[in-house]
Amino acid sequence: MILIVVEHANGKVSKSTWEIVTASRELAHQKGGDTSITALVLGGGEGSNIAPIAAEIARATDQVLVADLPALAQYDPELWSAAVAQIATEGEASVILIGASRSGREYSPRVAIKLDAPLLEDVISLKASSDTLTAQRYTYLARVTETIEATSPIAVVTIKPGIYTPATPRTESAEQFDVDLNLPTPRLKVTGKNIERSSRVGLTEADIVVSGGRGVGSAEGFTQYVEALADHLGAAVGATRAIVDAGWRPYAEQVGQTGKTVQPKTYIAIGISGAVQHLSGMNKSKTIVAINRDAEAPIFKIADYGIVGDVSQLVPAILTELKK
Amino acid sequence: MRILTYLRQVLDAEESVRITNQAVALENSKLVMDTMDEYGVEEALRLRESGVETEIIAIAVGPARTQDALRTALAMGADRAIHVETDLRLDPIALSKVLAQIATQEEATLIFSGGQQADWDSHALAAATAERLQWPQATWTSALTLSGTTLTGKHDADEGSESFTLELPAVVTTQQGLNEPRYPTLPNIMKSKKKELRKESLDQFNVTPKLKFLAAEIQVKSRLNKILDGKDAPAAAAQLVDLLRNEARVIA
Repeated sequence: MILIVVEHANGKVSKSTWEIVTASRELAHQKGGDTSITALVLGGGEGSNIAPIAAEIARATDQVLVADLPALAQYDPELWSAAVAQIATEGEASVILIGASRSGREYSPRVAIKLDAPLLEDVISLKASSDTLTAQRYTYLARVTETIEATSPIAVVTIKPGIYTPATPRTESAEQFDVDLNLPTPRLKVTGKNIERSSRVGLTEADIVVSGGRGVGSAEGFTQYVEALADHLGAAVGATRAIVDAGWRPYAEQVGQTGKTVQPKTYIAIGISGAVQHLSGMNKSKTIVAINRDAEAPIFKIADYGIVGDVSQLVPAILTELKK
Repeated sequence: MRILTYLRQVLDAEESVRITNQAVALENSKLVMDTMDEYGVEEALRLRESGVETEIIAIAVGPARTQDALRTALAMGADRAIHVETDLRLDPIALSKVLAQIATQEEATLIFSGGQQADWDSHALAAATAERLQWPQATWTSALTLSGTTLTGKHDADEGSESFTLELPAVVTTQQGLNEPRYPTLPNIMKSKKKELRKESLDQFNVTPKLKFLAAEIQVKSRLNKILDGKDAPAAAAQLVDLLRNEARVIA
């Protein structure tokens, strides 16, 4: 059995989970015969909306296990790892697939230790043959692609978002089962939340990311050029460390070594010179577009399209052109 | 109390990466303490300066050269260092077995480690170590205070940040924004030379890695490099929009 842990938000299955469904189907095919795919939905508590999530994922897997428990109202690494390890053991899972979100990468190592299993972290490809899993992943600030291998009857894998094509659901639905779990009491007590939920699409989920650096001139310039273009394109907004440090933008928008890693279809860099730390967070983007005053800026070396010139003239001109 | 601060020695971010025999070659490259781990050393020092009575031990696992990073931590102000010397490349799950055993031997109650390693791009070490010790964890912290055994702070989650409290013992990961690491001063560098740097052999930790590293390659994606001159902004903008719409087909 391949076990996938469903990520969801606002009553919907996340895009990263549809990508994991694709990975699980490829894996089931390689493992052959009767390898089934089981989805695990964790959540619950007041106002939770688990039923539509379970129904949604039932159209993509062979079986759905639903743990709709008040104790699972809020994500916690100790809770999540206990739940996943318990289900994996009871169901004799051979591979556990988890999204490589910040939380997925936080609780998956605990699952690996509980199951005495290897952890293949943040992988971009996965191949199975009997008890051996071979995977590729980025290392050295995403400058190197490494191949790793684990031989084990059970393995924990986190899948990098934005790599696999999201699966399409079927019309028929798999059976759903409610499960009960022995859960620990979380020890990290969350006393406050500062959710940076913008009206825009999330940085790591977006097809298009528009990012700004020092070359936008000021916090106002960022709004005027980067946010305006992002809103027109329905894109997410990103920032360099330099302007986050300067207080122009929140840390949640930072792309690079110490921020988020993104791999959108299109990355538009405005006023970004391209320090290696920034490039490590976006250099795998499919198409890179750069606008910068300095023709020698390193960003142009990895750009597919670009304009050398003044951001304050070029971005408004691009917006005018797009609105035509 | 006793704080362990785990650190790695990694390639300086400005250095280019070279591959020899299917592996990253670090000879003749500039190596530094992982900046993510530096925040942990600094935070331990700040906790002590804020009045927490603690010994601070820097720990590293790696080849002989790794002791340079430990010396840096000692020069920053750590009290002593432990170097588990090995040329083996241990994955974070295997490595956590070493770190957890040292934490137990040293009776430590707080472990710092960087949020992401600049060599393996991994987040796994802290959580794996916490699980082995049956401790809680707080990852990606951006503010910390310690009062008695209660740790209060802020950390980044999937969406935005959270405030939290936690009872020690715990494993905590550090990142940019938590603090500004200090540079070792010359007197402190001189003083650090007399500090204890204990060598341990990996054998006693009974580690059997479950992961094999098969190959490493640098995949350079070829780029179109169609760079336009923007002196005539409207013309350049029109040309770029046309390319993005009709050649790349990435915008509507």
